[in-house]
Amino acid sequence: MFAQLATPLGVIVKLTGAQALIRSLEQSGVEVVFGLPGGAVLPAYDPLRESSVRHILVRHEQGAGHAAEGYAWATGRVGVCMATSGPGATNLVTALCDAYMDSVPMVAITGQVPSWAIGSDAFQECDTTGITMPVTKHNELVLDPGRIAGAVAEAFHIAATGRPGPVLVDVPKDVLQATTEWAWPETLDLPGYRPVTRPNGKRVREAAALLRASRRPVLYVGGGVAKADAHQALRELAEAAGAPVTTTLMARGAFPDSHPLALGMPGMHGNYAAVAALQEADLIVALGARFDDRVTGNLATFAPKAKIVHADIDPAEIGKNRTADVPIVGDVRLVIEELAAAYRAAAAQDGPGEVAEWHRATSQWKQRFPFRYDQQDGGPLKPQHVVERVSALTGGEAVVVAGVGQHQMYAAQHFRFDRPRSWINSGGLGTMGFAVPAAMGAKVGRPDELVVAIDGDGCFQMTAQELATCTTERIPIKVLILNNGHLGMVRQWQELFYDERYSEVHLGFDVPDYVKLAEAYGALGLRCERPEDVDATLEKALAENAVPVVVDFRVDAHEGVFPMVPAGRPNDEIILGPEFSPEEQAAATRREVRAG
Amino acid sequence: MSTHTISVLVEDKPGVLARISALFSRRGFNIDSLAVGPTEDPGRSRMTIVVDCAERPLEQVTKQLNKLVNVLKIVELEPERAVERELVLVKVKADPAVRYQILELAELFRAKIVDVAPEALTVEATGSPDKVTAMLELLDPYGIRELVRTGRVALARGGKGIADKPLRVARPA
Repeated sequence: MFAQLATPLGVIVKLTGAQALIRSLEQSGVEVVFGLPGGAVLPAYDPLRESSVRHILVRHEQGAGHAAEGYAWATGRVGVCMATSGPGATNLVTALCDAYMDSVPMVAITGQVPSWAIGSDAFQECDTTGITMPVTKHNELVLDPGRIAGAVAEAFHIAATGRPGPVLVDVPKDVLQATTEWAWPETLDLPGYRPVTRPNGKRVREAAALLRASRRPVLYVGGGVAKADAHQALRELAEAAGAPVTTTLMARGAFPDSHPLALGMPGMHGNYAAVAALQEADLIVALGARFDDRVTGNLATFAPKAKIVHADIDPAEIGKNRTADVPIVGDVRLVIEELAAAYRAAAAQDGPGEVAEWHRATSQWKQRFPFRYDQQDGGPLKPQHVVERVSALTGGEAVVVAGVGQHQMYAAQHFRFDRPRSWINSGGLGTMGFAVPAAMGAKVGRPDELVVAIDGDGCFQMTAQELATCTTERIPIKVLILNNGHLGMVRQWQELFYDERYSEVHLGFDVPDYVKLAEAYGALGLRCERPEDVDATLEKALAENAVPVVVDFRVDAHEGVFPMVPAGRPNDEIILGPEFSPEEQAAATRREVRAG
Repeated sequence: MSTHTISVLVEDKPGVLARISALFSRRGFNIDSLAVGPTEDPGRSRMTIVVDCAERPLEQVTKQLNKLVNVLKIVELEPERAVERELVLVKVKADPAVRYQILELAELFRAKIVDVAPEALTVEATGSPDKVTAMLELLDPYGIRELVRTGRVALARGGKGIADKPLRVARPA
C-alpha cells in the first residue's frame, strides 16, 4: 500500500510498547495523526516527538475523528486519529459511527487503563472495544506488547481493503510501557477476512447483455465508485452504453455534472430528472450503491419497471433492500471495466443498445425541471445563490465539504462537481458538525487544493473549536456559513408536516457573532447580507491564504430545499417546489415527454 | 417465520461471543438458542445458533455474520441432513406414589436419573429437540421444579467437516 519499509521484514528490535506503536504507524505509511493526549495514552505521545508522523493537536476528539475522515475522503488513504481512554474514546464514537456508515477507511488508536485495572471502574476507564463494537469494522484490545505490530498492521489492512471502514486498536497503559521485541509481521493472521474483489465473469456478461438489450438504462452510482477511484472507467462504460448516470450524495464528482449523460443526484432532494429516470428505467445498474431509503423513497414503489444489476464489494448489500436480478460481488472498478468490455463485445455482435428515445426523455426532464430558486435583486440572499457563486468563482476547482441539513443539500445540488474526490460530507449517519473538522483533515491531506466548507449555522457551532487547530497548525480552510438562524432542515419539516408549528428550531442570526468568533480564533471573519455583495466577499475570502476564513452569509430563513420526496412516500410523489407552476408539476408527475 | 440451525466456526478470541450476539440484536434477529464450545482445533470455537426468521432475513444475517473478521465459516444445517441434539436436566417432583411412573418414563426416553432426593428426581436426557420436548411434556403433570437445557448442537451428516477448504492468508502493507 505504501512506499518503502522503514524496517526490513523479520528484523527484531527491542522497544517499549509505545515505541512499537509509533513505529508501527510509521511502517504503515502514516504521515499524519489527529489526536489529543490524556493519562492512559501518555506513553505513546513521548516517542511521537521523534517520529516522522505529524501529529495535529485537535481541541476535541470528535474533531480528530472527523478530520481523519476528511483526510481519507480527500486522499483515499487511511485516516488516523488518536485519543486517550474513557471520555477520549467516547468522544470518538460519533466519528467512528460516521465512518462506519459511510465506509471511510480510518484507524483509531486509543489508550486504555492499565490491564490490571481493567474491569475495576478505574479513573477514565470505559469498555472502549465494547462501546465501539457495533460502529467499527473491527476492533481489538491489545493485551500483549508483542502483539502491537500485528494489531496495527491488521487494522490498516482491514480499514483499507474490501468495503472500507473504521478499525479501533485499544492499548492499555502498561502494555505501552512494557518492553517488547518488535518485528513487522510477514503475514497477517486474518483467516476469516477475505474480501472478494474479482467479479464473476458469467454475471458480468449477463449484466452486459441486459444493458445492451435495455431501452431505458440508468447507471445508479454510489459512494463505492468514488472510493474505488473508478471515475474514468465509469465514464467509459456510460459513453459506450449511452447510459444516463445518476450520482448519489456519496458519489458527487464520480461522474462530471457537465457531461450530457449526467442526471445529477437521485433521492429525497435529488434532481427531478434522476428521480424520474429511476422510476421509468427498465434496467438499473447499481454500482457501489446500497438502495438507501433516502434514494428509494418508499421501497415497494421504487423503480417498478426496472430489472436490477447490483454490483458491490460487500455481499451483504446485495439483496438487502431490493432483490437483484444479476448480483455481482467485486471491486467496483474491476466490475465497471469488465462490464464495459463485455458491453462492447455484446454490441459488436448484436449492435448497440437503442437508447435515443430515452436520451430525449431524460434530457427534456433535465431541461424543463432543473433546480430552481428565485434570487431577486435587493431581495433576501438565497443560500443557493451563494453556492452557485462559489462554484462559478472557483470554476469547480475546490474540494467542497458539508455538514448535514439544508446547506448540505444546497451544496450537493448547486455546486457543479466535475472532478472526483471533490465532495466530502456526512451521508449515512447525518452528523451535524462534520464540516469544519473534515475540511481541516481534507486540507491536510491535499494542501494544494482549495478546501471550502459549506456549513450551516447549527452545524458550525457543534465543532467550531477546530478553528483553533486550523489557525495554530496553519491549515487555511474556508468556512462559508449559510446562516439562516435556524436548524433549517428541521424547520422545513415543521413547516411542511407540522402545520408550521415551529418547535425549538430558532437559533438566531447574531449569537454568536461569527465574525468576532472567527477573529477570536485567529481567522479572518467576513459577513455578507446582500446578493450584490456575494462575489466581492467570496473574492476576499478566496484571496486569503495565510489563515482560515469564516464567512457569515445571512441567508433567507424561509427558503426550503426542493424538489422533495416526503420521507417514506413513493418517489412518484416528488414535489418540485414553489418555483414551479401547477401545470409544470402536473407535467412532471405524469413524466411528460414532448414529441419531436 | 421458521427456525433455522446455523453452525458458525469462529476464532477463539476475546469478545467473539459478544460480537455475534450483539450483531443479532442490532440487526433485529431473535436467537432461540446459542451453544458454544471448543473444537478439534484449539484456536477455534464452534457455535450452533437456532434463529427464528424467514428465508431472506436469514440470508442477510449470515452475510452480516460473515463480515465479522473473527468468523471463519458459516453453514446452515438442514434438519434432514444433520444430526441435532440437545441435553436437558430436569428436576421433577416425585413422591413415592409416582416415583415408578417417572422412572418408567425416563426409561422410555433413554434418560438417566442423575440425582435422587426424598421428594424429587433429577433426570438427564439427550436427544433431538422434538424428543426432549416430548419428554418434558409428559413430565410436566408431575410438577417440574426447575429445568435447564443446553440449547441445540448440530453437525452435518456425512464425511465432510465444516472447515475442509483451507483459509487464505493475507499479507500486510
